[in-house]
Amino acid sequence: MAYLDAASAEPMSPAARQALLAALDDGWADPGRLYREGRRASLLLDQAREQVAAVLRCRADEVAFTSSGTQAVQLAVLGAVLARQSASRGPGHVVVSAVEHSSVLNAAAQAEQAGSQVTIAGVGADGRVDVAGFTDAVRRDRTVLACLQSANHEVGTIQPVADVVAECQAHGVPLLVDAAASAGRAPLPTGWSMLATSGHKWGGPPGVGVMVIRKTVRWRAPMPAGNREGHRVPGFPNLPAIISAVAALEAFEAARDEADIALRALTGQIRDRIPALIPDCVVHGERANALPHIVSFSCLYIDGEALVIELDKAGFSVSSGSACATDTQQPSHVLAAMGAITHGNVRVSLPRDTSEETVTKFLEVLPQIASRLRGSAGQSRKAG
Amino acid sequence: MPVNSTQPPAGQPGTAAAPALCIDALGRKCPVPIIMLAERIGEVAVGQVVQVLADDPAAKTDVPAWCGLKSHDYVGSAELAGEAGWAFLVRRGY
Repeated sequence: MAYLDAASAEPMSPAARQALLAALDDGWADPGRLYREGRRASLLLDQAREQVAAVLRCRADEVAFTSSGTQAVQLAVLGAVLARQSASRGPGHVVVSAVEHSSVLNAAAQAEQAGSQVTIAGVGADGRVDVAGFTDAVRRDRTVLACLQSANHEVGTIQPVADVVAECQAHGVPLLVDAAASAGRAPLPTGWSMLATSGHKWGGPPGVGVMVIRKTVRWRAPMPAGNREGHRVPGFPNLPAIISAVAALEAFEAARDEADIALRALTGQIRDRIPALIPDCVVHGERANALPHIVSFSCLYIDGEALVIELDKAGFSVSSGSACATDTQQPSHVLAAMGAITHGNVRVSLPRDTSEETVTKFLEVLPQIASRLRGSAGQSRKAG
Repeated sequence: MPVNSTQPPAGQPGTAAAPALCIDALGRKCPVPIIMLAERIGEVAVGQVVQVLADDPAAKTDVPAWCGLKSHDYVGSAELAGEAGWAFLVRRGY
């Protein structure tokens, strides 16, 4: 069996597992209490915060742990909009790229329902945001927030964050970078005002997100805030999972360069060989500007759900952006924004320990499945 | 039932975009509308227009994307009455 959906969840690393088990003994108490168990938990939580801040290059007091990457994104978006809402001028204008993770788009949609204006900046065929379109939108009057991911979770395209930072700063527009897809895998962009990322993307356990809000950013807690996490995130922190996620991030970051070389070689093989092995199959995004572990391709005239199911039967776990393969029954908004074929789509995202053998076997099996599925549909390909 | 099934979308010259073939893919799930289009576009002459009726949401993206890949001209789409889907117009490119 080969699990090839690291972009959904990277399997928990040994470092994460060990840290989680160790933390269960010390990390269960309330870090807000004055007694020894509480103080111990508080010490561990502060330590985790310092460790994350070092990796993300921010101050520890700018870091808040959340229960997921989605929560980190949504608190960041809604809090930034709330802080700039004015009694006289109403809610402001928000700019998002068309290929943001659905958590960002959903938060923007909610802000829009509550009166904000939202501009969705388009992308090119490779999924890279149109910088001119994005910065034009940032310059609009009353822009209170801009959101651009560090890299795309579906096709792996790295976004030109550096190219929009100057404009955002010049116009006093806070920039949220959703770094869930790239943290621990690619250098973090600089110049962001807020950052969100997710523990299970780098081999940590589920249930941990990180929201970073720079000191200079106006932000107001959109959820009823207690005292925890600097009055930003309600709820008792999952401290054992946080400790585990932080250990996982440090391990991921330490092995980043080596992993980049290995994974890029493997996804490179997939990018190179698919067009030769399978007729009418399009690989998305540009290799030179992509995360090392993700490759997405769409096979014409094939049902994406059927592809995923057949691959699962053959021992390969992959995901798909095709409508039939998702629980929303809507085609991937990322592929749609790129003008790409959404049916017959497969996203392969390789976990860190993937062997060359696995990729070789995948490339043997996939064309057989594609041809079988096309054949059974009774279709013959004509000049069209 | 589709309204104006043989009329081009507003703004197009009437005779230039009138479809030579109508493919009814209503009720069919992607990729079937695209398969049907690919299979049958050869039935019209180069420069003639095929109309595809489809209600699968993926068709909205996939018809223009397929045109781009296969060097046919995506002329446009019109929504069908009663939110019954869309009529896509494709001009055979070669």
